[in-house]
Formats: sequence, structure tokens, C-alpha cells
Amino acid sequence: MSLEAHIPSGPLSQKWSNHKQDSKLINPANKRKYTVIVVGSGLAGSSAAATLSELGYNVKCFCFQDSPRRAHSIAAQGGINAAKNYQNDGDSTYRLFYDTIKGGDFRAREANVYRLAEVSANIIDQCVAQGVPLAREYGGLLANRSFGGAQVSRTFYARGQTGQQLLLGAYSALSKEIARGGVQMFSRTEMLDLVLVDGQAKGIVVRDLVTGKISSHAGDTVLLCTGGYGNVFYLSTNAKGCNTTAIWRAHRKGALFANPCYTQIHPTCIPVSGDYQSKLTLMSESLRNDGRVWVPKKKDDCGKPPAQIPEDARDYYLERKYPSYGNLAPRDISSRSAKEACDEGRGVGPGGLGVYLDFADAILRYGHDQAADKNISEPELRKLGKAVVAEKYGNLFDMYECITGENGYEQPMRIYPAVHYTMGGLWVDYNLMSNVPGLHVLGEANFSDHGANRLGASALMQGLADGYFVIPTTIANYLASQKPGSVKTDHPAFKEAEAQINGRTKKFIDIKGNRTVDSYHRELGLLMWNECGMARSREGLQKAIDRLPALREDFWNNVRVPGSGADFNQELEKAGRVADFLEFGELMCLDALQREESCGGHFRVEHQYTKEDEAAKRGQAGEALRDDTNYSYVAAWEFTGDVSKPTLHKEPLTYEEVHLAVRSYV
Amino acid sequence: MSALLKSFSTFLGSSIGKKLLVALTGAVLVLFLLGHMIGNLLIFAGPDAINEYGHFLQTMLHGGGVWIARIGLLVSVVVHIVLTIQLTRENRAARTERYGYNATLQASKSSRIMILSGLTILAFIIYHLLHFTVHAGNNYGTYQVILHGENVHDVYKMVIAGFSWLPASIFYIIAMLLLCSHLGHGVSSMFQTLGLATERTRPIYEKIGSAYAALILIGNCSIPIAIYVFHYGR
Amino acid sequence: MASNLNLKLKIWRQPSTNAKGTFQDIDANNIPETASFLEMLDIVNQRIMDGGGDPVAFDHDCREGICGTCSMVINGIPHGPRRGTTACQLHMRLFKSGDTIWIEPFRAKAFPVIKDLAVDRSAFDRIMVAGGFISVRTGSAQDANALPISKDDADSAMDAAECIGCGACVATCKNASAMLFVSAKAGQLNSLPQGQPEKHRRVLGMVQAMDKSGFGNCTNQYECEAACPKGISVRWIAKLNRDYALATVHESLLAPAKGKGGGAA
Repeated sequence: MSLEAHIPSGPLSQKWSNHKQDSKLINPANKRKYTVIVVGSGLAGSSAAATLSELGYNVKCFCFQDSPRRAHSIAAQGGINAAKNYQNDGDSTYRLFYDTIKGGDFRAREANVYRLAEVSANIIDQCVAQGVPLAREYGGLLANRSFGGAQVSRTFYARGQTGQQLLLGAYSALSKEIARGGVQMFSRTEMLDLVLVDGQAKGIVVRDLVTGKISSHAGDTVLLCTGGYGNVFYLSTNAKGCNTTAIWRAHRKGALFANPCYTQIHPTCIPVSGDYQSKLTLMSESLRNDGRVWVPKKKDDCGKPPAQIPEDARDYYLERKYPSYGNLAPRDISSRSAKEACDEGRGVGPGGLGVYLDFADAILRYGHDQAADKNISEPELRKLGKAVVAEKYGNLFDMYECITGENGYEQPMRIYPAVHYTMGGLWVDYNLMSNVPGLHVLGEANFSDHGANRLGASALMQGLADGYFVIPTTIANYLASQKPGSVKTDHPAFKEAEAQINGRTKKFIDIKGNRTVDSYHRELGLLMWNECGMARSREGLQKAIDRLPALREDFWNNVRVPGSGADFNQELEKAGRVADFLEFGELMCLDALQREESCGGHFRVEHQYTKEDEAAKRGQAGEALRDDTNYSYVAAWEFTGDVSKPTLHKEPLTYEEVHLAVRSYV
Repeated sequence: MSALLKSFSTFLGSSIGKKLLVALTGAVLVLFLLGHMIGNLLIFAGPDAINEYGHFLQTMLHGGGVWIARIGLLVSVVVHIVLTIQLTRENRAARTERYGYNATLQASKSSRIMILSGLTILAFIIYHLLHFTVHAGNNYGTYQVILHGENVHDVYKMVIAGFSWLPASIFYIIAMLLLCSHLGHGVSSMFQTLGLATERTRPIYEKIGSAYAALILIGNCSIPIAIYVFHYGR
Repeated sequence: MASNLNLKLKIWRQPSTNAKGTFQDIDANNIPETASFLEMLDIVNQRIMDGGGDPVAFDHDCREGICGTCSMVINGIPHGPRRGTTACQLHMRLFKSGDTIWIEPFRAKAFPVIKDLAVDRSAFDRIMVAGGFISVRTGSAQDANALPISKDDADSAMDAAECIGCGACVATCKNASAMLFVSAKAGQLNSLPQGQPEKHRRVLGMVQAMDKSGFGNCTNQYECEAACPKGISVRWIAKLNRDYALATVHESLLAPAKGKGGGAA
């Protein structure tokens, strides 16, 4: 199989313009004859559905949530990047492009990333016009902040709820098109299979989650905007419903899955408090601007209250290891360092899985600033400083207290890394179309723009770029070759898919085993977290690969799904998703195993800089060691019928503009 | 014209439209209460003052004034009551299954018995009109007195006689307590429904509402208490 | 050190929309006080299933207080006793061992029960479709900074925009009124300059959709504000009342008569 990415010719900065110029157009009178199926209603799905409907296409949009507004894009806190250069601080399309490519550890496609940076400015215009209340300055113009270690202030935000506001903007656009009749919305409806006719994606089979009814929808093209697969780890910052079923089902029908091992771990989450834990909550990374991360130097001190551990018995490990970046070291580095400390037995809190994030110094420092040169007592200083910290991070401290019952001002917070975002996804070309003709993949569900690691505030940008600006242009390149409405749901392929799903449902119900779906999901999650999480080893990955088929078999023989398939059955919903995660997990491990290098969110313990490298100034000991000679490619996996034996296809990554460099944060 | 009618019927059919009319008619009644109370309090200025006031009302605009006022008030009362009953029925229908465990977060007691206090006040108004306006079952209508050489209705004597009967005074006071409760929520609520309340003004309106309700209660109840308990004018 | 709680739950069980529901008594023993309320329900469900029973259905998704999916009334209060918190962010340490906890669905005619604690809130979506948007086509927007908006206006709009659409306002309202939701959604757009051209249409449309869905009427008791996990102020309701009056005046008296050469057909 050849992976043709269809990158337009010409200089990097002209590629998108050229491509728009060369893309096909569809006569306005014909557009309404084409039905576009959009699965997912997050930033990518809603924006695509609304925009395609505006263009005149007939759109059907599906989401498993009870309302399109609840898609998990809503939970993004930080912000959205855009190369507006409103701050006059030297930002440009090129700089955003470069930062994104570099942040992705040079494992993303140049042309896609450049296009992303290029359309980023239009996204902000569009959102503001929709009434998204982005933060403003007193002069009435938009405010920006610097985010995720960027050197320029290009991040737009709406309090700590940027994702929510952008999603509500896209949802309002979707509502407008539903009102106009261009979009038909199906909430509480989950896609369970992709239907191919003559090798082309022509429809989906869905389950109405309220009535249990299985039905088919035919269209001229299918857009999967179904988000990432972080919940393969069971515990993640993803919503409980996030799943890989849509893209996994498409993968099983022939779509290549690219770079599944690239996952992003966020360093500042609230740690697990017990085995009943159902999800992890992220706290904004901005906390690291003022908090100092530490663990006790000695294991024996871990059980002590932090106040009883003297300063010289504390290990401020980020400041020690990365003196110039200190507590602001990038996400993957901070995360891995926390894991190392805990693996050494120096973690704090329940299960020893946590590190301290301490604001005591910041409170005193701000106290001194406030007091100026007045001579006041330490409690007074603390009071003054606490007010400053509360002003900056009050909502986060409240959230921490709400969840843990601990006061972050009085004692250090405990944090631990958690799975946050997945960079891998279905392989797509420059038109966002997968190798299956007619199947387009947008947002987190595709692999294209973030390489091996995503920059902060770039996920929202990508979802909206794909939906508002890319797909509306590129979809015509496929549709123009299609006769509209050529496939109907009476085609045997639909009946066959429905029968398979009904059979699968019956199988779930009939197993009547001893273990709940969640217990399998937890076991899978723990296995993936231990062996394919922050640090991966050949032995660990092999162990997981050996274990997964057995776990799957046990699941299919011993899971218990109560109730029936003919009503509202949340256990059945979960069973289908976990069954797919159990298959997907193995692909993820296989991908991690074949990638004999460390890059971005993928860290192989065998591939890191050594003390000798450090002495020779090649890189810092313990850091990710990339292998550009052998691994500068996209790993795209083909389903062969055997989950354990997928075929690897490689799309070489060629860089015309940027020079591959070592990420150094020492 | 038909567009205008359509707009009006849409307005009247909508929840906010009905509420706006309830608020506006409520405002009329609130203002009436103040005037009525001030007039009644003239009883403490002696027989001549209140009789003169009564005579003025009777003869204003050659006797037409009182009818204009009566019709205005009647319309306000009818609209106020018909719409609130309709709204209340809709409210009940909006929750078919009740909660097993009931909790209230910040709704005042007054706000929760509006329909009850309102309907009791309606019953009282009917009684009050029969008692002092229609003079049903009494001979207050025959009370006459000479004022500035003119034969006028002796309102003063009627009021003293009316409140000298304990059940009437008690019913009056109970009605005034419920009226106070009704106003305690109604007055500030009016500002909210008319869209005049803001985050900063709402607490002020709430204080105004409470003060107004207390004023009406104290002012109106002072009359039967003075008459029955302190034998004023007896 | 964290301790465990023994609780008596009274959970509403209703197999389907038209079936009759009842409260089921469930003993929930050994619940870690560090668990969230929904994790407590997870534990209870796990035990129900281990005993061969049918788990309690409840809606939930993000479990971090932003998606607005979780929807249950805990001891008479939507999302439970802690102010400004969704049920998923409520933690068991707020309860004491021996407590009886009543858990019910959001009750409103406009929110029919689907099963147990899960309800259908699609009425909110219908209200949004009736005008909760600014009609701007993708690609037609001017530069974002071409239209300065005062910080006060932007911040105020953001106050309204924080609404997560959970429906707690409806659930707690004595009249099951949706005024807080509708007013926040309409108010956000109506207080921004971008929202002015469609202001009247929006208000009339959304209020009509609200009325049609079978919600009750606002009686200014402000229960909604107290139950709202995002603390949306009832000032938005006052604004909606005002905007509705103005829209009616505009529509009935001021707007040009329709059907005369609109030109946009």
C-alpha cells in the first residue's frame, strides 16, 4: 500500500493557497444532493457540520452525549493559539508553525502544520463573530497570554473555560444550521460501525442509546470527529464516555491507524486517591509558574506531614535537573521526572503516587513584594502573599480543596501526571481523508498535526481549523468524483453490518459472566499505564502484548452485561467501548515497541541520553533520544484480520523548511 | 392591524408576557393600596377629615371619578388574578411528579404562598366591599352627617362601627398580614419582572418591598387595633 | 486518615419513561469519604451487579464539573448540598456515616425520565435552535479586533456564558421554569454588539420554544441562582424580561411591515 499524502507542490507558505486554488468546486445546486455524515459534535464535528451545512451540503450529525454541547472539547481550560501577533511580540505564522513542529519533536507533517498555523488567525475572527466572550483588555481589544512555555503571547482564552466557550460557539453555529434545516442532529446515538460500499465509506450503523434500536445511515462521505483514545488507560483526564470505537471500527474496515503510541501525559493532575477512582482531574499548568515541585530526599520521610520535612531533606528535582527551566520544564519531562521520583519510592500521598507542588515560597515572596520594605511579621507576610496567590490561582485551589479536602495554601498540593491527549489517530492525507476513500477524519481523531507531542493550547486550534476551514475546502475533492446519493441503506452492506452488531450485542448479553465491564477496563488501564505509559521498555511492552490477547479472551468469556440490548443500557455501551479498547491497546503497544527511539510523548527507556552524551554536550542524561535516521516516519498500521498481527506502513517525513534539532530544556 | 393583534396574542400567550401584565396590574394595586391607606388614616385626624375625604371621592368628576377608579381597579384585579391562576396552573403542570425529598434553598416563605395569600386577599376584598361599600347586612349606608352645611355619608361612624365588631377586626388583621406577606414578595418581584432589577438594585428593591409591606400592615392595622383595643372613637 | 461511611440510600428507580417509579432502599456501606458522589454510585452499581441486579442508570461524562451531563437531585437539591458544585465534583466527605441520602432525577415535565436518574434534556437544545446563535457564516467574519468590546461587557457576557446547560435551575425551581438557562443563553448574545442585529428575533424565538416545551413560569424565588453550579445570576432573568418587552414592542409597533421588497429572498 502506498501512502500518498497529497501534499500540494510549491513553497511551504504557498501550499494551502495553491491547494485551495486547485481544489474542486461543486455547483451550489448540486451540493444539497450530497449527504455528509458527521460523527462527533466536539470542536471538529460541530464546526464541520455547521460549515458544510452553510455551504449547502445536507448534513447528518451524530453524538453519543445527550446534547452536542457536551462533547469533551468542553473541558479544555487553557486557551487557543493563533498567530495574530496582536501583542506585537514577534509572532508570525511561521513562528507558530515552527513551535508546533518542534513541540511535536519533529514527527508531524510540515505542510499540515503550516496550514494549521495559517488558518489559526481566521479561527479567532470566526469565534469572536459568533459571540464567544474571549478575554479582553480595557481598551476593548482581545487579551493574550503566554502558555505552555511559548516565548510569545499568542494564546486567546476565556477565563479557565476556553474549550467550553469555543465549543458553545461551534454548537451555536450548529444550532443555527439545525434551525435552517441543513443539519439533522442525532443525540444519544452512537456509531458502532462504518459501512463501505465498493471500498468507499458510504455510511454508518448506529445505536439509539435510549431505545437500543440499531439503524443505518447512508451518505456520500463520512467524517469521523470522535476524539482521542486516552481512555484506553481507564484513568485519564478524558470524559468517561470518550472512546475509540468509531475510529477503531473504521480501522477494522481498512483505515490505517497512525502513531497510536503517541500519548500526552499532563504533569499537573490531582493524584489518585483510591481504587474506586473513576477519572483524573487536571489542574492548569499555570500553577507551575509559582509552585515548586519536590519530594522527600529519603523514602522514610514520605509518610511524614510535609511541614515536618526540613528544607534540606527535600529534593526540588526539577530545579536540580533543569536549572534553567526549573519547574517550567515541558510536560513530558516534568511528568517523567515525577514518575522517576515515585518509582524510587519517594512519592507522597496514597499509594506513593504523588509529588508536592508547594506554594509556601511563592506566598512568602509575594508577601514581601506586597509589604515592600515595611517590617512585618511572618504571619502577616503570609496573609499578604496568600491574597496574591488566591487572586492568580484561587479557582484552582478551590477545585483542589473540593476534590481532596486539603487546603493548598496551608500545605503543599499533591500532583501526579495523567493521560491527557492522544496525538495518534487515523491516518489522513492533506485533504483529511484516510486511505479509505470517502472517510475523512478530523480533530484529535486523526494523527496529522501534533507529531509526537502537542503544544499547550493547540488542540482547540486544530479541531476548529479542521472543521471550519480545512474540510469545507477539501471535501469537494472527494465528492466531486461521486454521484450524489448513489448508495441507500437498503444496500446489503448495511444489512450485514447491522446483523453483525446485533450479533455482538446478543453475545455481550448472553455471556452472563462474573466480572463487570469496569473491572476489565481498570485492569486494561493499569496494564497500559504501567507498560505503555510515561516510560516504556521492550520487556514491559512485550509483557503487555503477551497479556492482552488473554485478557480479551477472558473478557469475551466472563464479562457480565446486565439488561438487554433493547433499552437504555449503559453497561452495554461500556462493554462495546472496552471491547474495542482491549484490541486497540495491543496496537498501541506494538507501535511503541517498533518505535525504537524516544520522541515527544513516547519515551523508551532504552533510548535516552547517557552520562557520556552529557559530557560530550550531545544532550542531557535521561532525556529522550530521537533517531531521525531510522524513525522519521509516520507509522501507519493496517488491520489484517488478526488484532495481534497488523501490518506496518511507513510514510516518510520529509522536511523542506525546518532543520531537525534536539529539544533541549537544560 | 392583524400583525399587531398577533403580536399581542403571542405576548399574552407567553410566560413572560403574562408575568409582565401581572407585574403591571400589581403595580396599579400597590399604588392604590398606598392611597387607600393614607385616606383611611385620616380617621385619626377626626371625623371631619375622613368624611370630607369620603365626600370628595364620591363627588369627584360629578361622581364619575370613583367609577373610573373602580373600573380601573376591577380590571387590574381581574387581570392580576386570572393570569396568576393561569400561571400557577401551568407551574403545577410543569412538574407532574413531585420530589420525594423537598428542600428549599432561598425562596422566601412569602414567595411560596403567593397564590394562597392572593386568594385569601381576594376573599377579603369581596367581604370588605360588601361590608363597607355595598353595606350588605348592615345599615352603614344610612349613616349621615352634616359637613360644611351639606349632608354627607358618615364614613367615620361607619368605620368605628365596623371595627367594633371583633370578627370583622380579626378577619381584617389576618387579611392584612397575608397582604403584607403578598407585598413582601410581590413588590420586589415586580421590579424583577419588569426588567428593572440589576445585581446592585435588586437588594434595594427587596428592602423597599419589605418596608412597603410593613408600612401597609402597620398603617392599616392601626385602625382596627385603635378602635377595638384602645376604643378610639367609641 | 480517610475513613469510610455507611449510608442509607433512597434511589429513584424507574425502568423507562412511561413506567412508574419508586424509591429503592439501598445500604451503601464502606464508602470511602475521599470518593466523589458519582464514584459512590459506581461502587453501589458494582455491588448491585455483583449481586446479579440491574445497576442504577445515571448520566455523567466529564466528571470535572464542566460538561453539565450529571443530573441528579440529592436530598432535594440538584447536584447536592454544596453550593457552586456539580454532582460529579461533590465528595463524600460532606456526608456523615449513618446519613440517609435521597437521590432522585431532575423532575420536570419538560425533562422526561429516560431511566432511573437519567433524564431527557433535549428541550434545551430546541430552545437553542430557536435563536441561541449569531447568524455568521464561516469565513465571513471581520478581523477579531475590528470591533472593540468594553471589558465590562465582555466580562458580563462571560458571566452568562459560564452556564453548563445542566438543567439544575429547572430541577430546583418550584415551577420547573427554565428562565435562568434561557436568560443566560440569550443574555450572553444580547449583551454583545455582535448579537444586536438578531436581538429581538432571538428573544422571541427562544421564549416561545421555552414555553412550548412545557417549562413552568418564573416566580422570582431565585432558587435557580442558588442551585446553579456556576452561580449564574438572576439578573439575566430581569434582562430577559426587559428584552422580551422591548422585542414585543419592536415586533408589534416599530418593525417595518413584512412582505415589502425585502430583497433578500
